[in-house]
Amino acid sequence: MNTNTVLIQALVYLAASVIAVPIAKRAGLGSVLGYLIAGAAIGPFALHLVGNQADVMGFAEFGVVILLFLIGLEVRPALLWTMRAAIFGLGAAQVGAVGLSLALAAFMLGLPWQQALACGAILAMSSTAIVLQTLEEKGLRRGAVGTAAFGVLLFQDLSVIPLLVLLPLLAVVPAATAAAHAGGLHGWVHALAVLAAVAVIIAGGRYLTGPIFRFIAAARLREIFTATALLLVIAVTALMTAVGVSPALGAFLAGVMLAENEFRRELEADIEPFRGILLGLFFITVGASLDFGLVVRHPFIVLGLTVGLMAIKAEAMTWLGRAFHLTRADARMVGVSLCQGGEFAFVLTGFVITAHVLPGPLGRLLNAVVAVSMVLTPLVFLVHERVMTGPDRTDGPVPETSDFDADPEVIVAGYGRFGQIAARLIRANGFRTSVLDISTSQIELLRRFGQRVQYGDASRLDLLHAAGAARAKLLVVAIDDREKALEIVEAAKQAFPQLVVLARAWDRRAAYDLLDHGADAVERETFEGSLALGRVALERLGLRAHQAHRAALLFRRQDKRLFEKLRPLRGDDAGFVLASRQSAATFEKLMTAEREGARLTDADRGWDTASIQKEKELEDGD
Amino acid sequence: MRLPVTAPVARDPARCALLVLAHPALHRSRANAALLDVARARPDVTFHDLYEEYADFLIDVEAEQQRLLDHRLIILQFPLYWYSTPSLLKEWLDMVWLHGFAHGREGERLRGKTMLVAVTAGGDVDDYHPRGMNRFSMTEFLRPLEATAHLCGLTWAEPFIVHGSIQMTEAERQAAAAEYEARLAEAIAAVRP
Repeated sequence: MNTNTVLIQALVYLAASVIAVPIAKRAGLGSVLGYLIAGAAIGPFALHLVGNQADVMGFAEFGVVILLFLIGLEVRPALLWTMRAAIFGLGAAQVGAVGLSLALAAFMLGLPWQQALACGAILAMSSTAIVLQTLEEKGLRRGAVGTAAFGVLLFQDLSVIPLLVLLPLLAVVPAATAAAHAGGLHGWVHALAVLAAVAVIIAGGRYLTGPIFRFIAAARLREIFTATALLLVIAVTALMTAVGVSPALGAFLAGVMLAENEFRRELEADIEPFRGILLGLFFITVGASLDFGLVVRHPFIVLGLTVGLMAIKAEAMTWLGRAFHLTRADARMVGVSLCQGGEFAFVLTGFVITAHVLPGPLGRLLNAVVAVSMVLTPLVFLVHERVMTGPDRTDGPVPETSDFDADPEVIVAGYGRFGQIAARLIRANGFRTSVLDISTSQIELLRRFGQRVQYGDASRLDLLHAAGAARAKLLVVAIDDREKALEIVEAAKQAFPQLVVLARAWDRRAAYDLLDHGADAVERETFEGSLALGRVALERLGLRAHQAHRAALLFRRQDKRLFEKLRPLRGDDAGFVLASRQSAATFEKLMTAEREGARLTDADRGWDTASIQKEKELEDGD
Repeated sequence: MRLPVTAPVARDPARCALLVLAHPALHRSRANAALLDVARARPDVTFHDLYEEYADFLIDVEAEQQRLLDHRLIILQFPLYWYSTPSLLKEWLDMVWLHGFAHGREGERLRGKTMLVAVTAGGDVDDYHPRGMNRFSMTEFLRPLEATAHLCGLTWAEPFIVHGSIQMTEAERQAAAAEYEARLAEAIAAVRP
């Protein structure tokens, strides 16, 4: 491919998605179906604007890899451990039971048992990309449904490794097995290579990436950080491909290893756009690879098999879900979401054809069925939603569980001298916080004290978004940089109108600026500290502690009123100075008067008995 | 930056009753919360939450005195703590009901108004009895407030007392709230010109 064809191809793909996806979304079909339709339209079997999908497909599958990496970032190792029931229980049950049911169906349709078994194993896989994208769009990914579906998908990814070893054993002509493995690694060597690769990822993720990212982040070059993140994912992909393991699985593992890393949010925000575009490309290639010729020649066979496949997968999965204690509505939702064939089916089909387990035409038929089932999935979701009335509705919406990281209520930007105290007070009162800072040395220091801080520049909206700004209640802007603070306040207020923004202000002028930029409340950073020290000074000068305390409180009240009063004058320098001098004079007069005993401050009059004494004397004199 | 009450409170002639609430743990209260719901729903009641307004205990005397002058009926609502008012309500009395304003030869500014105390107590009626665990009746515990009203020339309205607020059922709370609303209506009607 020369540059020109690449550009034209990019033009076709992008134009198709730009046209089809918004329309599909507006029509309530979801973005996945939009991409699939766009792909089918430009594919070799319709408009023929793009040719062979194999190249593009290989590239687009990288989208799935990134998707799994991002999901991995959300799953801390401890969380993965709590999901073991979903992965190894429900997941293993799904691959086993659904695979066997499908094999049985294939056997009854007249296939020899070896081929039936291979078909069952291949078709038991579901589409990670379609399922997770659709669940995310429907807001179901973090609930019970999402966890169950995700566990199953993860196990399917895991089971591809043994399947690649076992499927060739089903070959009708055993001699072909060797051919299939030609170029690959054998038996225990292969197993060792896989283990070594996994060990590299775990060790690298745990011990190596931290220092590397810290070094990169210290350079404060955003694009280099993005490049590093991409490099990491690509390296993992290359490594896993080299040892013949699903790269998606490797990426997931890498993500999990980085889930507790302080750069997690930044990584998420940097990689996110690639995920979206590449996944879109992936869906388009699936749509484009749809062999309309085969479908047109044998519409009933293809459609019949597809419907049969989806019905068996959905029913078996629903039944399993019930057996694993999901509510009826949840179990059905999991069944519906996992009912299509997956992208691994294409890989496995190609593999078993070369291994002479399945004849070529049967393989192509399987591919067509899988592709059609993927296209139909979003429609099935729609139908399921429409039909879901009556008894199941009474189960009510399932509250989101905290299987994934809990959404923060408060985001604290800047975790230095100022942010720390505010954030600790907030957290100590039981609110969930998400903390961002851009000083790597500061983060390093805090980590040693066991505090979780994310590396990230809060002036980037995508990062705030990744930190949970869309659902948080409060944003505390506690950073040093005055200009940047203004930027953050303004941008955050615009992008997340529900967010209440509290800001640290350098001085009075900065405080006014922050309020003008939309901050809901500001606090001058030195004010409370100076006041406290002033109070201690008064005590040392001989005032009773409570008197000093009240003097400081009174000063604060006076000052805050002045702050409000002078706000309209802030542009007018001369007026501002005059007014503040007048106010200061009034206040000092008040204090002096009290000191000299001529008149107590208003606040203290309640304890003054002078007027009562005077009155008593008058009465006695009467 | 939350400001305490600043400017003198603008007088709303439709509101002739001032409800001064003193409850340091309103978030945990159920009895007082139920009473408040009915009181705040009334268009003729100004609601004034002391612990919210003066978290730092620094009471704005001028603003508070003006607030008192603007109303005919002064309702003090609070839970009984150690047979008395919560501390901020006492502080408010100390700071605002000054000699020369509320009492004394030249202090007759509150004369002619009415004071209604609405108090909730955890113990049962039987506890507030010569032979009960608290030994004295609620009327006796409220004497200091009654005396304050008397000294300052306010009419002392029959206090509204909720007993046994700790183990009340929801239905009982609702009944108490309905009763409170009736008492408020009656007291407000009495002060209307």
